Amino acid sequence: MQHRQTVGLVAAGAALALGLAACSSDDAGSSASGGSSGSSDTVTLVTHDSFAVSPDVLAAFEKQSGLTVKQVAPGDGGALVNQLVLTKDAPLGDAVYGIDNSYATRATDAGVLDPYVSPDLPASAEDDVVGDSLTPVDRSDVCIDVDKAWFEKKGVPAPTTLQDLAKPAYRDLLVVTNPATSSPGLAFLLATVAAFGEDGWQDYWTRLKDNGLKVDDGWSDAYYTDFSGSEGKGPRPLVLSYSTSPAETISKDGTSSSTAALLDTCFRQVEYAGVLAGAKNPDGAKQLVDFLVGRQFQEDVPGQMYVYPVDDGAALPDGWEEFAPLSPKPFTVPPDQITEHRDEWIKQWTATVIG
Amino acid sequence: MDRHSDRLSDRLRLGRAAWVLAAAVPLAFLAIFFAWPVAALVGRGFWTDGALDLGGFAEVFSATRTWRIIGITLGQAVAGTALSVLLGVPGAYVLYRCSFPGRTLLRGLVAVPFVLPTVVVGVAFRAVLAPDGPLGALGLDQTFAAIVLALVFFNYSVVVRTVGGMWERLDPRAEQAARALGASPARAFRTVTLPALTPAIASAASIVFLFCATAYGIVLVLGPTGYGTIETEIYVQTTQFLDLRAAAVLSVVQLVVVGAALAVANRARTRRERALALTSDRAVARPLRARRDALPLAATAVVVLGLLAMPLGTLLARSFREPDGGWGLANYRNLSTTGDANALSVTVWQATATSLRTAALAALIAVVVGGLVALVVSRRPRAAGGRRALRVLDSVFMLPLGVSAVTVGFGFLVTLDRPLGLDVDLRTSGLLVPIAQAVVAVPLVVRVLLPVLRAIDPRLREAAATLGAGPGRVLATIDAPVGARPLGLAIGFAFATSLGEFGATSFLARPDSATLPVVIYRLIGRPGAGDYGMALAASVVLAVVTAAVMLVAEQLRGERTGEI
Repeated sequence: MQHRQTVGLVAAGAALALGLAACSSDDAGSSASGGSSGSSDTVTLVTHDSFAVSPDVLAAFEKQSGLTVKQVAPGDGGALVNQLVLTKDAPLGDAVYGIDNSYATRATDAGVLDPYVSPDLPASAEDDVVGDSLTPVDRSDVCIDVDKAWFEKKGVPAPTTLQDLAKPAYRDLLVVTNPATSSPGLAFLLATVAAFGEDGWQDYWTRLKDNGLKVDDGWSDAYYTDFSGSEGKGPRPLVLSYSTSPAETISKDGTSSSTAALLDTCFRQVEYAGVLAGAKNPDGAKQLVDFLVGRQFQEDVPGQMYVYPVDDGAALPDGWEEFAPLSPKPFTVPPDQITEHRDEWIKQWTATVIG
Repeated sequence: MDRHSDRLSDRLRLGRAAWVLAAAVPLAFLAIFFAWPVAALVGRGFWTDGALDLGGFAEVFSATRTWRIIGITLGQAVAGTALSVLLGVPGAYVLYRCSFPGRTLLRGLVAVPFVLPTVVVGVAFRAVLAPDGPLGALGLDQTFAAIVLALVFFNYSVVVRTVGGMWERLDPRAEQAARALGASPARAFRTVTLPALTPAIASAASIVFLFCATAYGIVLVLGPTGYGTIETEIYVQTTQFLDLRAAAVLSVVQLVVVGAALAVANRARTRRERALALTSDRAVARPLRARRDALPLAATAVVVLGLLAMPLGTLLARSFREPDGGWGLANYRNLSTTGDANALSVTVWQATATSLRTAALAALIAVVVGGLVALVVSRRPRAAGGRRALRVLDSVFMLPLGVSAVTVGFGFLVTLDRPLGLDVDLRTSGLLVPIAQAVVAVPLVVRVLLPVLRAIDPRLREAAATLGAGPGRVLATIDAPVGARPLGLAIGFAFATSLGEFGATSFLARPDSATLPVVIYRLIGRPGAGDYGMALAASVVLAVVTAAVMLVAEQLRGERTGEI
C-alpha cells in the first residue's frame, strides 16, 4: 500500500505544479505589464475597492487611446488617500480615482498629485473643483433612508429632518455607522456639523444617543442586519445609506420603491481623479482622467457605482430621477475645514457617542 | 590525519552547511516579506524629521482607553483560546480516535468555518443571535460572549486537527497498560494520554491565541458599540487618522502581548515535549460507544450542532432565498455573472479559479518554507545556545499570525516597490498575493509538522548514523516517513488559510484578479437583493471548496504502509 500513498503524493505534487504553472503564466503577464509601465502603452489607475466600469466602456478607451489600463485597488476611500500619502516617493500608479471631498485636501496638502484639471470637465462640475490638481468625477448624497412600508403599517408619519430623528416618536428606530470605521458614517457626522454648527453638533448627537441610536461599524452590517427595508429584515426602519439606495428597492413593475431617502438629511460627497506626482506615464494618466469625465464613462457611472455623474447632461438609469434623486439642498463643509478638523471631530464624536 | 577522518570531517562540515542553508532560506523569506515591511512601517512612527521620537509611548499609555483596549484584547484572546481548547480536545478524540460512519465528512465540515469571510460569518451569527433570531432570547447579540463564540466557531478546527493529528498516531498501548494496571479511564487519560498530548495542545493554543488576539472583522460586526481591541485600534489609527506614531506604539504593544503568549506556550511545550511512541501510521481507531464516550460525544455534539451548524445552516438557507422573495437557485445561477450592474470586474467563478490558483502557489511556498523551519527546529543540538536559537527561530515564524494585517499590508506598500534593488514593483505585480498568504500559512504548517517530527525518538537517528547512514539518508529513512503523514494535513491547512485570507490580500487586490473573499466583501458592500444573495451563494461555494480541499488533504495522508 506504500504504492498508493506515493501515487497520492505525486498527484498532489502534479496538481500544485499545474497551479503554479497556471499562476506563473498569469504573473508573467502582469509583471510584464508592470515592468513596462514606464513606457507609454500602460497606464496604472489606483482606485478604491468600490471602483467599477463596464468592460466595453474601458475597452473602447483602450482602443481609442492605444493604452492598456491596469487597476490597483488597495483599500477603501479613506485608506486609499493614506496609502497615497505613504507611497508618495514611489507611487503605486499613474492616475488616481476615488479621493472624496472628506480627504481631498489631505491628498493635495501632502503633495501626492501633480497639477492637472481635465480641460474636458463639464460645465456642470465647475463648482466642485478644489485646488489645481483634482478633477471632480461623480457626486453622491449620504442620507438617512426610510423603510416606507414600516411607517405605513404603524400609521406613523416618517420623519423628514435631522431634528425629527431626535424626537421621542422615533425612539429606537435609527441605525447609523461609526465615522471612525465607515465613510458614510464620517459623511453623516459632517452633515450634523454643517447643520448644527461647531458648537451644536455634539449636543445633537447626545440627543440622538438618548433617543436609542444604534451605531454599527460598517455599512453592510447596518443595512443588511439592522435595517428593516433590506433583505436582512432587521428591526430598525431608519438607516444611514445613500440617496441612490432606493433605486435598488424599486418594485417589479417600476411604479414604486419600498424605501426612500430623506433629502433634508444628506451630505454631499464628491469624488475626484488626479495625476499622481512621480507617475511613470503622466501623459497616459491625463488621458485617463479626461476619459473619466467624458460622456461615455459619465453615463456608465450610475449603474456601476450608484453615484451621480458630474455631467448633468449624462443620461441616468430608469427610475433614478423619480426614486433616487440627489438632494436639492445637501449639507456641505469646505474640504480644507474637513482636513483641519476631521480627526478632532471623529475623536469628539467617539467621546460623545461611544464614551 | 588520515584520509578517512578527513572525509568524515568534510561530510560533517557539509552537513552543517546544509542545516544552515535550511534555516537561511526561510529566514530570508520571512525577513523580506514580513520583518522588513513591518519594521519599516513601525519605524516611520518612531522616526520623525530624522530623529527618534518615543513620545508616542507616553501619549498612548496616558490614555485610559489604551488600558481598556489592552484588557479587552487579553480577555477576548484568553476566553476564546480556553473555550476552543476545552471544546476542541474532546472533538479531537471523537473525530480522530474513534470510528463511526460519516466521520470523514464531519472532519471536512468542521474545517469550513476556518476560512469563511468574517463579514459573512458576522451576518450569519447576527441572524441567529439578533433579538428576532432563533437564539435571540439568549440576549447575546453584539456582546462580548458573541465575539468569544464566533472565535470558537473559527478556531475549533485548529484545535481538533492539530491535537487529533497527534492523538491518532499515539501508541494506545501505554494507556491500555495503565488501564490494565487498574487506573480508571479518567486517571489513565490524565496521567498518560494528556501529558503526551500537551505539546500538540500548546501548539494549537498558541495559534488560536494569536488568531483571537488579532481578530478584526468579527470584532467590528459582533462587538458592542465602541468595543475595541489593539487590532481594531491599529486599523483605525493607520487607515483613518494616519497617526503612525500611535499605530507604532500599539504595534509594539501587540508584539509584546503576542511574544509573551508564545513564550508561555513554548515553555508548556518544551517541558512536556519528548520522544513519544508514535506509530508511523494511524493507530487503530476504536468504534464510538455512546456510554463509554458520553462526555466527549456530548461536547462535540453541542459544538457541531449548535455552534457550527446553526450559523452555517442559516447561511446555506439564505443563499437559496431568491431576490424576488421565493426560494431557488437564482443566486447560484448569478455566480456566472458579474453581479447587478457589473458589481464585479470578474464573475464569481473566475474569482474562484483565481483563488484556487493563488492558494495552490501559496500552499506550495508555505509547505516548502514551513517544512524547512519544522525540520530545522525539530533538531536537538547538544549546545544550550543552539537549543535556544531554535526556540527563537520557532517563535519568530509564529509572529505573522500575531501582527496586524494592516501593518503588514501598509508595510508592503512602503517597502516592496523595489525589493532588494530589483526593478520589479512587487506591490502591484499580483505575485505578492500568494506570497502574503504564504506568510500567514507558514506558522500553521510549522505547528502541524513540528510536534510529529519532534516526537521521533532521536536515538533512531543516532542509530541510523552509527550504522553509517549520511545525514541525507537519515532524513530520508527516519524523518520523511513520519513527517510525510501530517504533510497532507499541512498542505490542507495552508491551502485553506490562503483561500480564506482577506486582511493582507485586500491591500494588494487588483479588481481584474480578485480572490473569492475579496469578491464576497465587494458584493455584500452594495445595496440590492441580487448582490446580497450572490454574496451568500459565493460564501457557500467558498465553504464547499474548502471542505473538499480538506477532505482531499485528509486522503493524501495515506493508509497503512509497509515499511515499518
